[in-house]
Amino acid sequence: MSKSINIIKSTAVPLQIENVDTDQIIPARFLKATNRDGFGKNLFRDWRYENDNEMTPKKDFVLNSPIFKGSILVAGKNFGCGSSREHAAWAIKDAGFDVVVSSFFADIFKNNALNNFLLPVVVSDEFLQKIFETVSADPSSEITVSLEDQAISLPAASLKTGPRVDGLERVETFDINSYKKTCLLNGYDDIDYLLSMKDEIESYETTRI
Amino acid sequence: MSVQHKNSEPGNKGKGKTLFEKIWEKHVVKEIDGGPSVLYVDTHLIHEVTSPQAFNGLAKRGLKVFRPKQVVATADHNVPTLNQHLPIKEELSRIQVQTLKDNCAKFGIELYGLGHPYQGIVHVIGPELGITQPGATIVCGDSHTSTHGAFGAIAFGIGTSEVEMVFATQCLMQTKPKLMRINVEGELKKGVVSKDIILYIISHTSASGATGYAVEYAGSAIRSLSMEARMTICNMSIEMGARCGMIAPDTTTFEYIKGREFAPQGTAWDRKLADWKTLYSDKDAVFDKEILIDAAAIEPMITYGTNPGMGVGVTGHIPALDEVEEKEKPYFEKSLHYMGLQPGVKIKGKKVDYVFIGSCTNSRIEDLRMVASFVKGKHKANGVEVWIVPGSKQVEAQAKEEGIDKIFEEAGFLLRQPGCSACLGMNEDKIPAGKYCISTSNRNFEGRQGPNARTFLASPLTAAVAAITGEVGDVRDYLLS
Repeated sequence: MSKSINIIKSTAVPLQIENVDTDQIIPARFLKATNRDGFGKNLFRDWRYENDNEMTPKKDFVLNSPIFKGSILVAGKNFGCGSSREHAAWAIKDAGFDVVVSSFFADIFKNNALNNFLLPVVVSDEFLQKIFETVSADPSSEITVSLEDQAISLPAASLKTGPRVDGLERVETFDINSYKKTCLLNGYDDIDYLLSMKDEIESYETTRI
Repeated sequence: MSVQHKNSEPGNKGKGKTLFEKIWEKHVVKEIDGGPSVLYVDTHLIHEVTSPQAFNGLAKRGLKVFRPKQVVATADHNVPTLNQHLPIKEELSRIQVQTLKDNCAKFGIELYGLGHPYQGIVHVIGPELGITQPGATIVCGDSHTSTHGAFGAIAFGIGTSEVEMVFATQCLMQTKPKLMRINVEGELKKGVVSKDIILYIISHTSASGATGYAVEYAGSAIRSLSMEARMTICNMSIEMGARCGMIAPDTTTFEYIKGREFAPQGTAWDRKLADWKTLYSDKDAVFDKEILIDAAAIEPMITYGTNPGMGVGVTGHIPALDEVEEKEKPYFEKSLHYMGLQPGVKIKGKKVDYVFIGSCTNSRIEDLRMVASFVKGKHKANGVEVWIVPGSKQVEAQAKEEGIDKIFEEAGFLLRQPGCSACLGMNEDKIPAGKYCISTSNRNFEGRQGPNARTFLASPLTAAVAAITGEVGDVRDYLLS
């Protein structure tokens, strides 16, 4: 797992499906490992491959497309709903993604992604649609995500009439709490922080009934 | 109107506290500016699938489990539900279950593994052993941890990195969620049970409608429910995206806990009870959102799609295309295509191939009794396979003691051994591709019960009707006759 992230500039893989649950991201039958590695090969297993033992790729699934590549996954709203399996975040990261963009993430998935330095970027429905349109029209379009600036931008080349396209800004800012932002920029994790608080935790315990 | 929504007005914050706030505030060790709070965890439940990587991480850092006495383990997700006395056939599953055993021994954690009389689904055994208690913070690497909120606890699912945090420090970094109260008022119609209440709620809120919220269920219809029924409701809170679901503890709760294996005893009981009695939302407490539901408007429910929000009353129809919002159509059509169903058609009468009664949603003794009372003296329909998977060894033993196993046997049902089973198809209990299964579990996602399997979620009663008739039916037709 690569630690610390800031600016990611990449082409994107558009997964224009809503309510993508973690059972689709990685089905339960592939959760039998006892380590964190190698889940990428089964990412979106049942959408990506035929239900046979040959792992025959399904041609119409975007991850099998020779056209769409990159380290930014763009997906429909309510991404990562369902099971709390962190294997979903591991699989996405292991398959080479550093950012997932959607207009809405399920809570547990979002936490799991952040804990694995996979950046969940929440954009408006309109901006999400614009990304889908831009990437579909030109799969070589590069999207830039800056954690420092909390901003995601479409390429200037997609602009025909200045800084706005169809009434929409080319750049949209996104929210992230300042604690998590610092962690991601510096490669810190929550366990380091919590371990540094051991004394306070022990003292809290003495106040319990 | 059967469902009403109300949003709180800004600045309308009273002095009163909600049930959630009372428990949350007692567990905050520290608040961080611009960030989450450090939240103390009272009880940590673990199982074989989401814990091994956390134990590895701990070992890599050279750490011990900080409070091993506050951790309880069981094997449930990946265990066979037949011949549990034999070694697990599938190698990876066997290794995973053995790894849990090794880790528990190494780190000093109590394990109720295969063969132990307390083994079972983690969300079934916590309550039945009295480990789940009001006012506590309870976590587990499983999204259905919300189940334990039925006792008036803050209980939620976490990822494996968070499991490691709790192992290392008994704490988590958590952002305080918004608060929602769902009031279900009035009396339920005959044949309508708690599973129908929660499927009805989710069909109105959608699969993401409570994301970012902690949900409290209240109202006369909720108060009248048993603990088992309350657990079914809280269990599925995550299916509308909620961080957790909870119900204020009352006499029903206290009576359920009293005398259980790990329940407080003697003066400790009196002290705890006094504290538990303060756990309710004050009259002037304010929620960010409130929903009022008329219990009498709820029908036996069934899902037709590929998320738990896609549900209708059994006498209803699958929405016609012109009833679906334009922007929702691609997802709706994808779902129906997967399910092999047509828009606008009635769901009653649809043939089923499998019936699965089990899972952390509906595998408790009350669920099994409910099914048994309906099927007694009847036999399953030809061509239907019926799997009954009890939630725990204790539920299994109780069912046998009450002769429920005989009723199932005579009906042609197969009573298996405890585990998560066909709810998630992680072990060999999978529904074959293309087949329809009516299931008392919590998720109808694509492939959830096996690659290309098709799931109808319903109550144990509605599942029992399907077992006997071989099709989706209305339990009320049988109760009245």
